[in-house]
Amino acid sequence: MSDVSLTVNGKRVSGSAEDRTLLVHFLREHLGLTGTHVGCDTSQCGACVVHVDGRAVKSCTMLAVQASGSTIVTIEGLADGAELHPVQAAFKEHHGLQCGFCTPGMIMTATDMIARHPEGLDEATVRAELEGNICRCTGYHNIVKAILAASETMAKGAKGKAKQAA
Amino acid sequence: MYSVNYHRASSVADAAKLLKNGDAKLLSGGMTLIPAMKTRLAAPSDLVDVSRLKDLQGVKVSGKTVTIGAATTHYDVSTDEKLKKVCPALAHMASLIGDPAVRHKGTIGGSIANNDPAADYPAALLALGATIITNKREIAADKFFKGLFETALKEGEIVTAVSFTAPAKAAYQKFRNPASRYAIVGVFVSKGKDGVRAAVTGAGEDGVFRSNEVEAALAKSFDAAALDGLKVPAKGLMSDLHASAEYRANLIAVMAKRAVAAANA
Repeated sequence: MSDVSLTVNGKRVSGSAEDRTLLVHFLREHLGLTGTHVGCDTSQCGACVVHVDGRAVKSCTMLAVQASGSTIVTIEGLADGAELHPVQAAFKEHHGLQCGFCTPGMIMTATDMIARHPEGLDEATVRAELEGNICRCTGYHNIVKAILAASETMAKGAKGKAKQAA
Repeated sequence: MYSVNYHRASSVADAAKLLKNGDAKLLSGGMTLIPAMKTRLAAPSDLVDVSRLKDLQGVKVSGKTVTIGAATTHYDVSTDEKLKKVCPALAHMASLIGDPAVRHKGTIGGSIANNDPAADYPAALLALGATIITNKREIAADKFFKGLFETALKEGEIVTAVSFTAPAKAAYQKFRNPASRYAIVGVFVSKGKDGVRAAVTGAGEDGVFRSNEVEAALAKSFDAAALDGLKVPAKGLMSDLHASAEYRANLIAVMAKRAVAAANA
C-alpha cells in the first residue's frame, strides 16, 4: 500500500491504494469520478484518457502511485459550473457521439490536441491524432467536425481575450 | 496484475540499489511493462520508477552530436526543435510511435531496453550507429541489440542516455499494422561519414538487423533508383498472422526505397 496524493480538477486529494492500483481505478473507485471510462483495458481505445501534468495519457496504463504528486484533469474538471467547455459544447452541437461511452476520452484527447496545435487544425491532423481513440458508433465524422469547430471557437476566444488585454 | 511494490528512485545510483530488491524491474513510461503486468506476462516483485529523474530527461545537441536522456518521452523527442534541425528523421520516427497518449509517456530508454522486435527505436539507433550509455559503460548499438527482447544489458545495468553523430542524410519509413501501430516492417536509412547504414525492424526472427542487401546497393549510390529490382532474401524473417516472410522481404525493399527517397527529398 502507498499513499497517493494528487490534485484532481483543482482539488487536493489523497488516499491509500495498493501499488498495483491503476490510475483509472483510483479515479473511479476511490474518488468516485466515474466520467473516465475503462473500455478495452489494453491501452488501445482511449476511453480512459485524462490529463496528467498537462498531457493526455491513458489512465488504464498508469499506476495511481506513479501519478502521485501530479496534477490531473478529468472530464469532470472541464466545464465551468453549468457552462460547458467549448469542446464539450461542440460535441453537443455537432452530435459527436452516439452511445457516449468513448466521449470522455475523445474530449480529453481533443482538448489536449487543440492545446498542442495553437496554429490550428485540419481534418487530416485531427484524424491522425485520434488514432489512439476508438469509437464504435459514429464513424468519427461528427467527432472530427466537433473538434475542428471547437478549435476555431477556442482560437477566436483566445484572440478576443488578447484584444481585451491589449 | 499481481501485487507489486513501487519505488520512486531519487537518482540513478538509488535506482541501481533499489533494483537489488527481489525480482525488481525498472519502470519508465510503462507503455509496455504495465500492459505486460496486467496480462501477467510480467510479474516483477518491485518496480523502480526512473521516469521522473531530471538527469535522464531531455535532448542535447552540440554541433552534430546528439544526446538523448533515457527517460525522454517520444513526444519530447518528436517535438524537439534542435533535434529537428540536425536529425529530423529521428524526430519524425518518434512521431510515428503508438498514438499521442502513448507518446506522452513512452521513453527512448524503455523502448531500447525492451528491444521489442517490432519497436521503432532499435532500427533508428542501429542505423545511426548510436552509442548506448549506461550507469556502467558505453555500448555500440551494433553490440547492444542481441535478439528478441534481448540486449547486452547486464543485471542491474541502467540505460541513462543514447548518443550519436547526426548523419548528413537519414529517414525512416514503416509499414504499420493498422491496429497496433507497430511496424510490420520499418526501415531506417542513414548516410554519414562512415557510409550508409540501413536497419530493419518488425521483420527479423532475431529482432532488429542491418540489411546487407540494402546497404550494398546504397553504398554504390544513395538513390532510390539504386534499389530498383532489389531482392531481399526471406530467410530469417518472421512469418505470422500479419505477414509472411516473403511479404516482409518485399516490404523491406519497398520501405528502404521510400526511406531513401525521403532522405534525399
